[in-house]
Amino acid sequence: MLAKRIIPCLDIKDGRTVKGINFEGLRDAGDPIELGQRYSEEGADELVFLDITATHEKRKTMSALAHAIASNISIPFTIGGGISSLEDASVVLNAGADKISINSAAVRNPSLINKLAQEFGSQFVVVAIDARLEENEWVVYLNGGRLQTDYLLKEWVLEVADRGAGEILFTSMNHDGTKEGFADEMTAWISTHVSIPVIASGGAGTAQHFLSVFQNGLADAALAASVFHYKEIEILRLKQYLSNSGISVRQ
Amino acid sequence: MKIVIVKYNAGNVTSVLHALNRLGHQAHLSDDPDTILRADKVIFPGVGEANTTMQYLRKKQLDQVLIQCQQPVLGICLGMQLLCLYSEENDTECLGIIPQRVLKFNPTKGEKVPHIGWNNLHLSPKSWLENSIENAYAYFVHSYYVELGPYTAASTNYINSFSSCLAKDNYFATQFHPEKSGKVGEQILKNFLAL
Repeated sequence: MLAKRIIPCLDIKDGRTVKGINFEGLRDAGDPIELGQRYSEEGADELVFLDITATHEKRKTMSALAHAIASNISIPFTIGGGISSLEDASVVLNAGADKISINSAAVRNPSLINKLAQEFGSQFVVVAIDARLEENEWVVYLNGGRLQTDYLLKEWVLEVADRGAGEILFTSMNHDGTKEGFADEMTAWISTHVSIPVIASGGAGTAQHFLSVFQNGLADAALAASVFHYKEIEILRLKQYLSNSGISVRQ
Repeated sequence: MKIVIVKYNAGNVTSVLHALNRLGHQAHLSDDPDTILRADKVIFPGVGEANTTMQYLRKKQLDQVLIQCQQPVLGICLGMQLLCLYSEENDTECLGIIPQRVLKFNPTKGEKVPHIGWNNLHLSPKSWLENSIENAYAYFVHSYYVELGPYTAASTNYINSFSSCLAKDNYFATQFHPEKSGKVGEQILKNFLAL
């Protein structure tokens, strides 16, 4: 049976894994390659690396990062953070990345999704969407929730799937950082309205939250960062728990 | 041991090179017929579309080279599909080395296509995979599958049961990506290199 996936996410700044606490001050969580290897050994199904370094030589640093990960880690990984052209995508693909994640670039230039899918195949293109529930409507945001867009989430997910995205990575800004659970209801809406896999993100605090986002949120995969970085949840035990609860996971 | 990875216009072969490096082997990329035919092991990876890829292989006469190989050949993903007779992907005649067909997944209950992620391998008896674990998980990304048949070495269930590994004479193949399948994938690559 196709397994539900557990995906640790590593935010990288200047070559180190970082994690913001309540959207402020970045805390160091270690070397991304070592951390990625640890997760791979503990049973992570995939890894997502988001390079949040602001630099003019972005392409070069992302390529070096992809190369270092690909040489050391034997599970699939996604690279994101500032990919905005076919050239950027091609560089990380050739360096060994399995997928790229695009967010702002897709909103600013939606046809980029079509072009990437045509050039590299849909399986290579993850569209990340950050959204916030406002007066009964989910609205798409950019720049980590600082910039509101004109898109409603429900419209945007359908458009993204239609344009050839291979997967949707949905982060609820309302849930992110709360550790009170994922946005199950909206995740389920997306999962039943598009025919591509949905990765749920934002709000993981306990193993029960993962169970709920698979059972009630119908997510194909669940992504989290700090609960893994700070060993609040151990992937091996999380998977045992999910398996005992009837979820198909790779063990 | 000389390992050659067939170089052609399809997808990312870097991961295969890296995986072999981790096992202590240095592989070479080549589209030169002599180099390929003289290698101890040939790996034929692939991510891409069947028809365009077959046209490219014919243009470069790599189709003839692949058919002539006497040493162990490992087809991966699209590489496995192209070893077969025929693919429904844009009605493509393939290399015809393994007489089984490649069909498109036909979801009946809203299943998602492509089949992306980790799924189980059910091993056929006495296959080249024998020291891999029954029910082991491997990483798949594909929209077309090879039907079950006499050369199925492992099967996997998604929408229907299909061939996740094949073996015929000196040709071996995996629909999943051993280079991305963690320890299970490493074991399968080791099995191939030990043939």
